[in-house]
Amino acid sequence: MTHLSAEPITPLKGVSRKEQLSEFWYYFSENRGAVMGFWVFLLLVVIALLAPVIAPHQPNEQFRDAVLVPPFWAEGGRLSFLLGTDQLGRDMLSRLIYGARYSLFIGLVVTTVALVGGIVIGLIAGYFRGWVDTVIMRVMDIILAFPSLLLALVLVAVLGPGLMNAMIAIALVLQPHFVRLTRGAVMAEKSRDYVVAAKVAGAGHFRLMFRTILPNCTAPLIVQATLSFSNAILDAAALGFLGMGAQPPTPEWGTMLAEAREFILRAWWVVTFPGLAILITVLAINLVGDGLRDALDPKLKRS
Amino acid sequence: MFRFLLRRLAVLIPTFIGVSIIAFSFIRLLPGDPVALLSGERVMSPERHAQIMHDLGMDRPIVIQYLDYLWGVMTGDFGRSVVTKEPVLRQFLDLFPATLELSVCAIIFAIVLGIPAGIFAAVKRGSYVDQTLMGTALVGYSMPIFWWGLLLIILFSGMLQWTPVSGRISLMYFFPSVTGFMLIDSLISGQEGAFKSAISHLILPTIVLGTIPLAVIARQTRSAMLEVLGEDYVRTARAKGLSTFRVVGIHALRNAMIPVITTIGLQVGVMLAGAILTETIFSWPGIGKWMVDSVSRRDYPVIQGGLLLIAAIIMVVNLVVDLLYGLINPRIRH
Amino acid sequence: MRKTLAFAAALMAATVLGGVANAKTFVYCSEGSPEGFDPGMYTAGTTFDAAAHTVYNRLLEFKPGTTEAEAGLAESWTISDNGLEYTFKLRPGVKFQTTEYFTPTRELNADDVIFSLERQLKTDNPWHQYVPGTSWEYFAGMGMPELIQSIEKVDDMTVKIVLKKTEAPFLANLAMPFASIMSKEYADKLDAAGTKEKLNQQPLGTGPFTFVGYQQDAVIRYKANPDYWGGKQKIDDLVFAITPDASVRYQKLKAGECHLMPFPNSADVEAMKADPNLKVEEQEGLNVAYLAYNTTQAPFDNVKVRKALNQAINKEAIVDAVFQGAATPAKNPIPPTMWSYNDKVEDDAYNLDEAKKLLEEAGVKDLSMKVWAMPVSRPYMLNARRAAEIMQSDFAKIGVTVEIVSYEWAEYLDRSKAKDRDGAVILGWTGDNGDPDNFLHTLLGCEAVGGNNRAQWCNEEFNTLVMKAKETTDVAERTKLYEEAQVVFKREAPWATIDHSLSVVPMRKGVEGFVQSPLGDFAFDGVDIVE
Repeated sequence: MTHLSAEPITPLKGVSRKEQLSEFWYYFSENRGAVMGFWVFLLLVVIALLAPVIAPHQPNEQFRDAVLVPPFWAEGGRLSFLLGTDQLGRDMLSRLIYGARYSLFIGLVVTTVALVGGIVIGLIAGYFRGWVDTVIMRVMDIILAFPSLLLALVLVAVLGPGLMNAMIAIALVLQPHFVRLTRGAVMAEKSRDYVVAAKVAGAGHFRLMFRTILPNCTAPLIVQATLSFSNAILDAAALGFLGMGAQPPTPEWGTMLAEAREFILRAWWVVTFPGLAILITVLAINLVGDGLRDALDPKLKRS
Repeated sequence: MFRFLLRRLAVLIPTFIGVSIIAFSFIRLLPGDPVALLSGERVMSPERHAQIMHDLGMDRPIVIQYLDYLWGVMTGDFGRSVVTKEPVLRQFLDLFPATLELSVCAIIFAIVLGIPAGIFAAVKRGSYVDQTLMGTALVGYSMPIFWWGLLLIILFSGMLQWTPVSGRISLMYFFPSVTGFMLIDSLISGQEGAFKSAISHLILPTIVLGTIPLAVIARQTRSAMLEVLGEDYVRTARAKGLSTFRVVGIHALRNAMIPVITTIGLQVGVMLAGAILTETIFSWPGIGKWMVDSVSRRDYPVIQGGLLLIAAIIMVVNLVVDLLYGLINPRIRH
Repeated sequence: MRKTLAFAAALMAATVLGGVANAKTFVYCSEGSPEGFDPGMYTAGTTFDAAAHTVYNRLLEFKPGTTEAEAGLAESWTISDNGLEYTFKLRPGVKFQTTEYFTPTRELNADDVIFSLERQLKTDNPWHQYVPGTSWEYFAGMGMPELIQSIEKVDDMTVKIVLKKTEAPFLANLAMPFASIMSKEYADKLDAAGTKEKLNQQPLGTGPFTFVGYQQDAVIRYKANPDYWGGKQKIDDLVFAITPDASVRYQKLKAGECHLMPFPNSADVEAMKADPNLKVEEQEGLNVAYLAYNTTQAPFDNVKVRKALNQAINKEAIVDAVFQGAATPAKNPIPPTMWSYNDKVEDDAYNLDEAKKLLEEAGVKDLSMKVWAMPVSRPYMLNARRAAEIMQSDFAKIGVTVEIVSYEWAEYLDRSKAKDRDGAVILGWTGDNGDPDNFLHTLLGCEAVGGNNRAQWCNEEFNTLVMKAKETTDVAERTKLYEEAQVVFKREAPWATIDHSLSVVPMRKGVEGFVQSPLGDFAFDGVDIVE
C-alpha cells in the first residue's frame, strides 16, 4: 500500500566485515523498538515453522457442533478453542497459526523476487546507461504511474485469483523501487576510483556489476527489502480481502477476514483476530526496518 | 523554469502512451469476456455472442482496436461501459468528486495532525513524547486499513452509534449537486443540518484513508526537522540566543518543508490505492469502488479508461510536485 | 454533472408542488446500482426493481405474491384455437407520467405497445441500437425472436401478436420486466431532439412511481404518480438508497435510515427477528441450487455412483453453514412454491453407510473427483466454496477424495458447459416467469446438453414428458406430466439437489402492504408507512 523509499546511503568502506557487523549490532540494539520487533518476528517464524506441532487442531477441520464459538474467556467459550471458532466450526487459533506460514512465505517470496529482479534490472540500467537505461526507466515510470494496489488487482484479475498470482502481481509492482535504488547507487559508484581501477585492471562487465559495485549498494537495498516485506504482507492481505488473493479454505489472514466479514456484528472474534495478526506481523517487521535504517545510515548516527 | 517544464513533459508523453498500452492490453488478457458475463446462468448461443462482440467492435484486430481507442481518448471519448452502456468519461466525472472530496479531507487530516506531531517529536527528540508519537505513527503505518475501517464501524457506528454507517449524506437531505462535493453542495443548498450530516458521514472514511499518510507525514516531518536542526546555520541561530520557537518556526521549518511537500505529493498515489479499500468498506460512491466493481464485471472500457485516467491524475500531480519542488529549491532545476 | 440541471429543476418542482417536508417518504436500501433505466436492455434484478416495477407497466402483470399473470395494461385477451394468435384489448384511459422533461398529450394506445416490443424484435427498427452496444438479452434469452411472427395493430386499442409455434409460457413472458411498455410519443420527441439515449436515463412510463433523479451509485428518487391508473400511492416519495454491503444495509435499517432492505446476511437474521423495531418476512424463493454430475463420464454415468454421492451430502449442514437456516434442503429440481411440485418424491437420505455400500456395488474404489465451486454469491447459493468444503469433508468419509476447483465467473459458466467436463458442478437457477418449463426443460432437456444442461443428461423418458408439457395449454394436464418428470429425475439422479433458498426481507415495523414476489422482485406499489 505504501512505499517509503529508503535514501541511498554511502557505504561503509575500509572497515573489516567483523567490525562492521559489531558496529551494526551496536546501533541496532540501541533501538529498543527494533530489538522488540526482531524478537516478535523471530517468534512468528518459529510459530510458522512449528505450526503442525503447536496448533491444537487441523486448520481446516470442521467441528459441526462448535460453529462460531467465542474465545474461551467470553461467555459460552470453550477451552478447547482458545480463540473461538469460525463460521464452519474451525479453530481460529489453529488457522491463525497456520496463517503465519502464508504471510511470512508471501513476504519472503515476494521480496526475494522483487529484490533479485530489481537489482538485475537496476544494475543493467545504471551500468550501461544509454537507450537501455531510458527504456527500463520509462517502463518503471509506467508501473509507478498506477496505484500499486489497483495495478495488482487488475494483474490478478488477468492471471486469475489465487495466492501464487497475487504474489507475482505484488512482486511486479514492488520491484521498480529496487530498480531505482540500485540504478541510483550504481551511477554514483561507477565513477569512483575503485571501480575505475577494477575496470582498468580488465574486469568484465559482469564482474564489475556484481562483484565490484553491487556489494557497495547493499545497505539501502536491505532497508528497502524490509519495507517490501511488510508491504507484500499488507497488499496480499488486501487482495485476499477483495477476494482476489488466496482462495478459501486457505487460512490466509486477509482471506479469513473477507470470509468472516458478514459475521462482523455477530461474532467480533472472527474479524478482530486475523486483522490483529496482520498488524502485529507488519508492525514487527517495520520496527526491524526502522532499526536497520538507523543502524545502517551514518547520517542519522551522527546527529 | 520553462525548459524544466518542457523536459518533464517530454518524459511524460511516452510514459502516458506506455500507460495507455498497458491499460489497453491488460484488459484484453483477462479471462472471460463481458458479454458472456452479462448473460449469467442463461446460456447465450455462440452466434449471438459473436454478434454482440462484433457490435461492440471487439472482434477487430487488436492493433486497430488500440489505435481507434487512442484516437478516441485524444478526442475525449473513452468508450462506453459494457454493463451500463454509459460513456466512461461521464461516469468517471460523476464519481470522481466523491473520491476527491474524501482524499482532500484525508490529506488535510494527515497534514494537520502529522506535521505538528513530527515537529514536536523532533524538538523533543528521545523523550517519551517522541517515542509515543513515533510508536503510534509506526502502528498507523503498519495498519491494514480495511481491518481498521471495519473496527471503526463496529465501534463508532455499531456500538456507540455516533456516526452513520455509509453514504455521503443523510437521505433526508435532497439538493442538486452543483460542484459534486457534498460539503460545498450542502452549504449551497442552505438546508439546515445538511452540512453537519455531510461532515458526520465523512469522519470515519477520512480517518481510515488518512491514517497511513498521517503516519508517513509525521515520520517524514520528524526526520526532515532533525536533519535541519543539525545544520550549522540553525546551530548558529541557536547559539545566537534566538528562541527555540523562532528557530524551529522560521528557520528550520521552511527548509524542512521541502522533503515533506514531496512526501505529501507522493501520497496521492497511496491515497488512490487506499480509496479502493476505503470506498469498498464504506460504500462510498467514488472511483475506487467503481474500479473494483468493474474488474469483477470484466467491464473492459471502464477498466482501461479508469486505469488511464487515474494514472494520468497521478502523473500530473507528480509533475506539479516536481515543479513546486523546483520553485522552492532552485538547485534541482538544472 | 449534466444530469444535475434537470435534477435541480425536477427537485424545485417537487419542493414547490409537494411540500417535501411533510411528504411520506419510503426509503429502500437497495443492493446495487441499476445498469440503466430501460428494462429491455438488461438482465439484473436490481435494474428491474429500479425501472420496471416503479416507472413501467406491462400488458400482463404478475399477481402480487404469485407467478400467475393477470391483466395489466391489457384489459383482456383472446387466444386463437390453433394457439398462434394472441389478441390484446388495451385498458382505456391510461395516462403516461408527467415529468419535468416531458408532458404527454395522449393516453396509452396500440402504437406504444408495438414500439416497445418491435424495437427488441426487429433489427432494422431505428430504436434497436439506440444506445451503442444495446442487446435485448432477456427478449433473446426467452426465445422471443424465434417465436414471434409479427406484432400487428388491429385498431387504436387492440394489438395482435402472431406466433410461429405454440408456446404455453408465452403469456407469462409478457409479464416479465423486459416487456415493459414505453411511450412512443416520448420516444419520438427524444428522437426529434437527437437525444435518444435519454430513454435509458430519464424513463417515462405508466407505472405507479414517476422518476425524479438518479445520482450514480448513491441514490434514486421517485415520487408517486398522481395519474396512476391503479390510483395514487399512499406514500408520496420513494427513495432507493444504494447500499451494496449487506451489513451496512442492516445498520441503516436499524438506525431507521431506511424502511426495507433486500438480501440480509444470513448471519444477521436472528438478531433482526429479535429487534423490536423490525419485522422479518420470509418466503421460499423461486430457485434451486444443485450439484450437476457429468453423466457422460465414467464413473458418473453409473446411476449407483450418483445416488451414492447424493446420499453422502449433508444438505442440512450446508443449509446451516451457508444460509444459517434461511433455506430448505431441496429434493426436486423445481421449488416447492411452483405449481406441479411433486411432494410425493422422496429425497435421498443422508446415510454414509448406505452410500459406501452403493459405491461398493458399483465397483468403484478410491474415487477422486473434482467439485466445481462458483466464485460468486448467488441468491440460491450464497457461498459455494463453503458448501463444497462441507461436501469435501463428507465425501472423504466414504473414501471419495474431492478437489475443489473454481474459475472466474464467466469462465466458470463457459467451461462448465463442456460435454467432456471433468467433475461435478455447483450451480443453480432462479425462475424467470414461474413456469416449470423454465426449470425442467431449460435445465434438463436434451436440447440444453452442452449448454444449460450442466449434467449433460439426455434421458428420453424425461425429455418426452417435458416436451409434451410445453405444447399443452391445459394446466392440469401439464401438472401431471411435470410431476411424472420429477419422479424420473429423482430415480436417475443427474443432480444432487442442494437447496431452495428463502428470500428474507427485513423491514421496519411500520411498513405495511409490502408483498414479496416469488420471482425475487422488489416492487413498492401499495406500500405504506404507519408510525
